[in-house]
Amino acid sequence: MKYNIVEQPEGYSAPGFFATSLDKVIGIARANSIWPLPFATSCCGIEFMATMGSNYDLARFGAERLSFSPRQSDLLMVMGTIAKKMAPVVQQVYEQMAEPRWVIAVGACAASGGIFDTYSVLQGIDRIIPVDVYVPGCPPRPEQIIDGFLRIQDLVRNEPLRRRYSPEYKELLRSYGIITTQDHH
Amino acid sequence: MTHAEITDAIKNKFEISVLDVSEAFGMLEITISPDKIRILAGFLKDELGFIFLTDLCGVHFPENELAFAVVYHFHNLEKNVRLRVKSFLNTQNPEILSLTPLFAAANWMERETWDFYGIKFLEHPNLIRILNVDYLDYFPMRKEYPLEDPTREDKDDRFFGR
Amino acid sequence: MENIFNTKPKKEEPIDNSQVYTTLNLGPTHPATHGIFQNILKMDGETVIDAEQTIGYIHRAFEKLAEHRPFYQITPITDRLNYCSAPINNFGWHLTVEKLLGVETTKRIDYMRVIVMELARITDHIICNSVIGVDSGALTGFTYMFQMRELVYEIYEEISGARLTTNMGRIGGFERDFSKLAIKKIKNFLIEFPKTLNQFEHLLLRNRIFMDRTINVGPISGDRALNYGFTGPNLRAAGVDYDVRVMSPYSSYQDFDFIIPIGQNGDTYDRFCVRNAEMRESIKIIKQALDNLPEGDYKVEAPHIYLPSKEKVYNSMEALIWHFKMVMGEINTPVGEVYFSVEGGNGELGFYLISDGGRKPFRLHFRRPGFIYYQAYPEMIKGGVLSDAILTMSSMNVIAGELDA
Repeated sequence: MKYNIVEQPEGYSAPGFFATSLDKVIGIARANSIWPLPFATSCCGIEFMATMGSNYDLARFGAERLSFSPRQSDLLMVMGTIAKKMAPVVQQVYEQMAEPRWVIAVGACAASGGIFDTYSVLQGIDRIIPVDVYVPGCPPRPEQIIDGFLRIQDLVRNEPLRRRYSPEYKELLRSYGIITTQDHH
Repeated sequence: MTHAEITDAIKNKFEISVLDVSEAFGMLEITISPDKIRILAGFLKDELGFIFLTDLCGVHFPENELAFAVVYHFHNLEKNVRLRVKSFLNTQNPEILSLTPLFAAANWMERETWDFYGIKFLEHPNLIRILNVDYLDYFPMRKEYPLEDPTREDKDDRFFGR
Repeated sequence: MENIFNTKPKKEEPIDNSQVYTTLNLGPTHPATHGIFQNILKMDGETVIDAEQTIGYIHRAFEKLAEHRPFYQITPITDRLNYCSAPINNFGWHLTVEKLLGVETTKRIDYMRVIVMELARITDHIICNSVIGVDSGALTGFTYMFQMRELVYEIYEEISGARLTTNMGRIGGFERDFSKLAIKKIKNFLIEFPKTLNQFEHLLLRNRIFMDRTINVGPISGDRALNYGFTGPNLRAAGVDYDVRVMSPYSSYQDFDFIIPIGQNGDTYDRFCVRNAEMRESIKIIKQALDNLPEGDYKVEAPHIYLPSKEKVYNSMEALIWHFKMVMGEINTPVGEVYFSVEGGNGELGFYLISDGGRKPFRLHFRRPGFIYYQAYPEMIKGGVLSDAILTMSSMNVIAGELDA
């Protein structure tokens, strides 16, 4: 049986070459080799460890190399409760990531504060950084985390190349108070 | 080592400072005045064999005259006897001596009690906030403060039954 | 916060070149700190001179949250204390409330609880030991042992419906009896797990590199450990055989035959070995409990605390009234204070409950073992090198949820 690992994009092909648009090729390359940064704080982190284990294996989707350094990663996976004490750390880690970067909020606590509606818990990380995909659950099953990861792959595959330089994106970052090097231009 | 023996030994040494003795759910409880707490802890550790400090926490009773209490749980591991010691502190300025020189376990537990209730432990090596953010300007576990973040604007209290 | 990252001395002060210490910031986001807590190490080259700890990065205010919830709604919070072995926390809370209310559980409930608690203890030690392997560079053991965790997750799912944060059981028993599939899965686990544990030990226990990296690393003496309030495998590795299951047996632990493994030096290798031995003892206990599981009911006859079953609620008036009263909180609870402790994966997990007669606790304090023994970390790593500090931290099994509560 032939398995289709990656969908072939639209293009013109003939023996010896295949012509398509650049953003589709870059989209496929980026989507199938995302380097995530597991920012695991609490219980969702243990479910993430199960997802990386051999039963559910996130590495099949290209996320083989986990990087704990934000400078070398594409995807910030925030898993677990973020307290107000931790919020500046999350923002600093996000600022240290290089463009293009995506954020996935795994679990109810990262998405909205979860069951901890208290004075010390940040009610969702989208108060401090822009989030692309939210995965609900407390903790979400590994299949749900993989589903969230596949949605991120869809976003990565279809992203226009000039999105990170657009004024809307700059306005988004400015609204969160995140300073990037592009602002100095 | 029965509860009566422990009570007698403590009462013999600290006659008037022992304010109350009771027993509930199998555990002996002694209420003592706060100025004698370190001498009592030393006595328990050296003479009576309560070498293990299991727990230290604070409680806030808003209706009482002495609104704050510090509760210690000691454990005699050889004879398997537990003991609860309570000490009530005044409302305006709750202060008590720290047990850190005797029990190293008391260090962080006293910091946590300071963080939550504002009970000052004198002669503590490093009495600063431990769990909450440093810029928090109130003591959150006191009963007059709410659970939720006072600055949040997205959740409508009408739908949450408050 | 800026001062932590600023390691250069100011230009105005004369630099004393005789002793220049480096300040190294370890965490809060660090691959080797499993959980988020920060250590600022003062180092002389590779040797650690001192450490300053900052915790509270995941402070979720459990104790304040518990004052606003009825008793049966506090169980999901206790799940998230030591989330690697959630059922132990759940049952510890249920046992505390049962002590307050004076509810006696049947033998069958006790044995069922023992089976699940020992499974939870095994999973907690699986994580700790595999992570010691990972931090010293041996990732294979981690992948073998995590497959065993999947088997336990399936058992939890069959009993309670959830994988990790189980919210298992009720005050007064369980919500349903163990199904035949659950018993089959437990029996299968008892066959599969010892094989994997033998493979894991074969990889690491007598491995020359592992022994060199862990013997005499992060030692603590028994007296010092008792002064610091250590409990659990860390204390037993230092030579003191204090185990709450033996000292004050709860949930019929006195019926089972098991030993308490202890170590000698209190170093990382002893902690590793003690946890391995405890996993084997847990298997023994589960086998005994499963073979002798007594007949009986999976719930107590306590209509004031255990919700009646739905068939009765929809068909009989009394059950409907009791259901309403319980959920609305009009049941009288006794006034009193109770302290109860269970042997968690990390040590003595205690619950200090002050009840004022209402449906919510007046004060609930968790005696978290991780919070108390983590204080000793600077003393344990003094004089060692940085890689020893990392291994000591992972062998102490500090779980951030339990640390900050």
